[in-house]
Amino acid sequence: MIEVRNVFKQYGNVTALDDVSFTVNEGEIVGFLGPNGAGKSTMMNIVTGYLSSTSGEASVCGIDVLENPDEAKKKIGYLPEQPPLYREMKVSEYLNFVYDLKKCTLNRKAHLDEIMAVTKIANVKGRVIGNLSKGYRQRVGIAQALVGNPPVMIFDEPTVGLDPKQIIEIRNLIRNLGKNHTVILSTHILSEVRSVCDRILIINEGRLIADEKTENIARAAASDRKYTVKVAGPRRDVLRELRALNGVRLAEDTGDGDADGAVFAVEAERGIDIRKQMFNMLAAKGWPIMELTPRGMSLEEVFVMITDEDERRRTAPGTRGGREG
Amino acid sequence: MTAIFKRELRSYFSTPLGYVFSAVYLAVSGFLFALLTLRASSSDVSSYSSMMIFGFVALLPLLTMRSFSEEKRLKTDALLLTSPVSATGIVLGKYLASLTVFAGNLLLSCVYIISLGKYAAEHSPVSPARTFGCFFAMFLVGACFIAVGTFVSSLTENQVVAAVGTMAILSFFAAIALFNGMIDSYAIRTVLSWISLYSRFTNFTYGMFDFAALLYYLSFAAVFVFLTVRVTERRRWI
Ligand SMILES: Nc1ncnc2c1ncn2[C@@H]1O[C@H](COP(=O)(O)OP(=O)(O)OP(=O)(O)O)[C@@H](O)[C@H]1O
Ligand SMILES: [Mg+2]
Repeated sequence: MIEVRNVFKQYGNVTALDDVSFTVNEGEIVGFLGPNGAGKSTMMNIVTGYLSSTSGEASVCGIDVLENPDEAKKKIGYLPEQPPLYREMKVSEYLNFVYDLKKCTLNRKAHLDEIMAVTKIANVKGRVIGNLSKGYRQRVGIAQALVGNPPVMIFDEPTVGLDPKQIIEIRNLIRNLGKNHTVILSTHILSEVRSVCDRILIINEGRLIADEKTENIARAAASDRKYTVKVAGPRRDVLRELRALNGVRLAEDTGDGDADGAVFAVEAERGIDIRKQMFNMLAAKGWPIMELTPRGMSLEEVFVMITDEDERRRTAPGTRGGREG
Repeated sequence: MTAIFKRELRSYFSTPLGYVFSAVYLAVSGFLFALLTLRASSSDVSSYSSMMIFGFVALLPLLTMRSFSEEKRLKTDALLLTSPVSATGIVLGKYLASLTVFAGNLLLSCVYIISLGKYAAEHSPVSPARTFGCFFAMFLVGACFIAVGTFVSSLTENQVVAAVGTMAILSFFAAIALFNGMIDSYAIRTVLSWISLYSRFTNFTYGMFDFAALLYYLSFAAVFVFLTVRVTERRRWI
């Protein structure tokens, strides 16, 4: 569906993309993940034909975006990082303009009404875009990408600026789109990729450093057994006893706590479930457990771990240039 | 292209720019018309049209300064450039919209002619061919100026820079017209008169149709439209 091969992008002497290759299959939802300045927006601009790459190829539905731009562009709906909104236009006027611009052939009124319904902007359709709040403008930006119902949708940070309820609704929308569209989205929010994407591509400093199914990354995250436990008891004694427990690799006082008790972070040895032992020991001492939360490794930590690992690998002497997908 | 043309035209009049331009245009043209024909008791509009063409140097950049620079600044060009429209379509849509607003004002200002017939009839009759020729010359030079302005606005994100840059280039053309006679070197004079937009419309103002001049003005506008298309295409290669 989307194929990117050996793409490089230079801005002057800044290398924004360094030999990026990946494919996205039909009906997949893929998340681009990476810190600021990683090259996510640059990558999306290249796939949509807004920018050209310094070298390398990108194709959509088998159509090369440079050789046959008009055909390729018909297949793509794009929400750029900054939604391309004409501030002086009314929402409905704007969507009608996009409809004409995309040379759309669907029933105009029914199609635009449906888009306004799913992005929940029907109530502002008579208002001037420049006067809308940021969240509404973002939604108009998303609506704009849906016009013409293109088979490929590319969203650059789609949920930025939305309120929590809208974030959930837009994620549901994207998930639904994924049933019969191919979707790429970029985000810094890891819970977003986890809840929406089938696959995660992690980009760091212009290089693709991970390309994994979401469930694999989630499993990797869950396999480390970490808990936070809140205990009503004297801090120092509880910590000492926790450390002495069999199978505990690490126990730390987080410094948090309230009238209910103190909060500790506990990490078990690999393959050992310490919860029973911990309960028995604390009960015997007369220090009740007020809360016990499995912490796993958060996706944030996995992300930091992967990017750090990548940095270490690259700065280590003798391994320069040798990298793996 | 039609979608862009229509949007562009509508945006002139859903922002103050279209109204400001029309107000200034009609005020300036009305003043000059009164001064150069009515007060001079003349039914000849050729001195009015040449003065207006000098006025265009300051007026028409207002019309084109926003064209591409605003799109670049607000990144709305991403929508146009990722839609199935060619760069030529984008540029022509915008160019023709600016040209239409200008032509509309030019047409409006034609009502002044009515007053000529009323007041100047006894002294000298109004020549329809010469009057039409003068307005046609204004249109052609305006079309060239708008092409230059559209081109300059495609080079910058800043409207003010676009406006001032365009005025500078147009002033250069005007300066050639005013001072070319003073240059001693025959070669330089010939070269400069080649790019002088001012030296070619005289036949029109005598009521004669000058096909070579028409072709000259159309090619001049086409060259700048073409350059704008190139810049728009190259935008992706930065
Ligand atoms: N027009 C430009 N000129 C020069 N450098 C640029 C330009 N656009 C982007 N860059 C550089 O390219 C790199 C990648 O930028 P890009 O916008 O793709 O990052 P990103 O992953 O989208 O970041 P963010 O999460 O902040 O949106 C950055 O180092 C940036 O400074
Ligand atoms: Mg970005």
